[in-house]
Parts: sequence; structure tokens; C-alpha cells
Amino acid sequence: MAERRSPAAAFADRFATASKSGALTLAEIPFLRQINVRVDPESPAAADLGAALGVALPVSPGTAVRSGEVTVAWQGPDEWLVIGPEGYEAEPLRAALGDRHGSVVDVSAQRTTLLVGGPRAREVLAHGCAIDLHPSVFGPGAVAQTMLARAQVVLLPQQDGFLVLVRSSFAVYLAEWLLDAATEYVT
Amino acid sequence: MLLIPCPWCGPRDEAEFHYGGQAHVAYPADPGALSDEEWARYLFFRDNPKGSFAERWSHSAGCRRWFNAVRDTATNEIHAVYRVGEPRPVTP
Ligand SMILES: [Zn+2]
Repeated sequence: MAERRSPAAAFADRFATASKSGALTLAEIPFLRQINVRVDPESPAAADLGAALGVALPVSPGTAVRSGEVTVAWQGPDEWLVIGPEGYEAEPLRAALGDRHGSVVDVSAQRTTLLVGGPRAREVLAHGCAIDLHPSVFGPGAVAQTMLARAQVVLLPQQDGFLVLVRSSFAVYLAEWLLDAATEYVT
Repeated sequence: MLLIPCPWCGPRDEAEFHYGGQAHVAYPADPGALSDEEWARYLFFRDNPKGSFAERWSHSAGCRRWFNAVRDTATNEIHAVYRVGEPRPVTP
């Protein structure tokens, strides 16, 4: 059987070197479980999915809620992205939806996750992102689908830094871009 | 660069959006009954005003939802954005 490799695996050493200065932390968090959920937020099925997740689906645009190790991020008025550890299973969500109108799809292979942390994280991202990343308007509990260096990303602000979910085929490009944008802070 | 206010996500760069042409162009009730000329008129003929224009946009790099905007074609000022299915609001 083929060995599984994460999209940015080849950058582990360069990320580690760039993280040594303390100004910035760069790392890939590979193989997180990502589940796309679509359902009418007003429907009983949405309530049942919320019960299965342990937290109600957030209906305010640009918000994300946590339930234990799982983050539920708003993606659209009837769409959410559930992000959990590798072992988190989609099956209970599928069972909660049943055969009602909606969908629960494992999209874990679609994107990998890059951690951009440390005191300079916001400045590095701001080199290529037009939205306001200041914690007063974009802190933990927020989520944005936007463009970073012209690549489509999902940004999830954390207590320290940001999770950047990027399409697998864009991960190498974005990793190179991050290392380049970080040059002035880590050397 | 235009700053376009997505009705869901708020103001975002124009680069996150796709343009969808004139809004409120209804699909013909009975397409089979149309003459070639009438069908061509439905497919290809659009208003081209200088001033307020109701048009469709998709927030393709964000929430991926279609919405409508009233934009002044001369100044690029966006007078209103509204969700699909809502009537065109009264604007200057
Ligand atoms: Zn949007």
C-alpha cells in the first residue's frame, strides 16, 4: 500500500528553521478530518446535526464554534465545515442527518492545514490578505473564506496565530509564499 | 479595485468575485414556444445603461453565494446589495 504523504510534508525542515527565531511559528498540521455539512439551518435535521456535534450550527456569517476538539465553521447560509482530529468520524453526522434533505461529505483530502503562529503571524498574512486580521474584529470564534496570496483559503484565528486551510494542490505554492513573506521576520 | 459588500461576508476585494451580468432576467415560461429571434433576445440582449444597473455577482472565493447588486456603471459606486429572490431596492 502506498505511503500517505501530506501536501506540505516536504516543507517540515524549512518550516522548523523559520520557526527558530521565535517571531513566527510555521508548521503543517496534516490529515485533520474535514467534513462539509449542508442543511437548511431552520430544519429539524440541523438541530439533530447540532446535537450530534455537541454544539448548534453557527448561523452568523463568519463565525466558528468549538465543541471539544471539533470546530464548526460557517461557510455559507446552509453550509458548514467541521474540522476535527484525524480520528473524528463523519458517520454519526451522517446518521443524524439520515435520509433528510442535506449532505454530510468527508472532504479531508481537499485541503491541508498550515499553522501560522507567533508574534509576527498577522503581519506575515497581511502581506497577501486584504481582510482585517486584527484580533478586535478577527479573533478566535471567527472564520473567513478569502484569498491569501491569490490562493483560496479558509482562515481560522486561534489564541496564537491562525490556521490556514488551503487546497492540497495549492499547499506547496502557499508554503513557498509564506516562507518568502516571513523572510524579514525570521532572519 | 472595487470593494464589494457581500450580503453574507461583508466588504471584500473585487478579486474574490465573479460577475454574472444583468439581474432579474427571467427564464422564459415556455422556451419551446419562442421564435429564434425571441430566444436570441432572451439569451444575448441586455440593458447597457449609464448609471444604476442591477447585476448579479458571485462571491466565488468566499461564501460562493450569488447575490444582486445595484452598481452605477459610470462611477462604480455600489448603491445596494441584496440576496437572490429579493426585489430590487429603491436606490438613487
Ligand atoms: Zn460572501
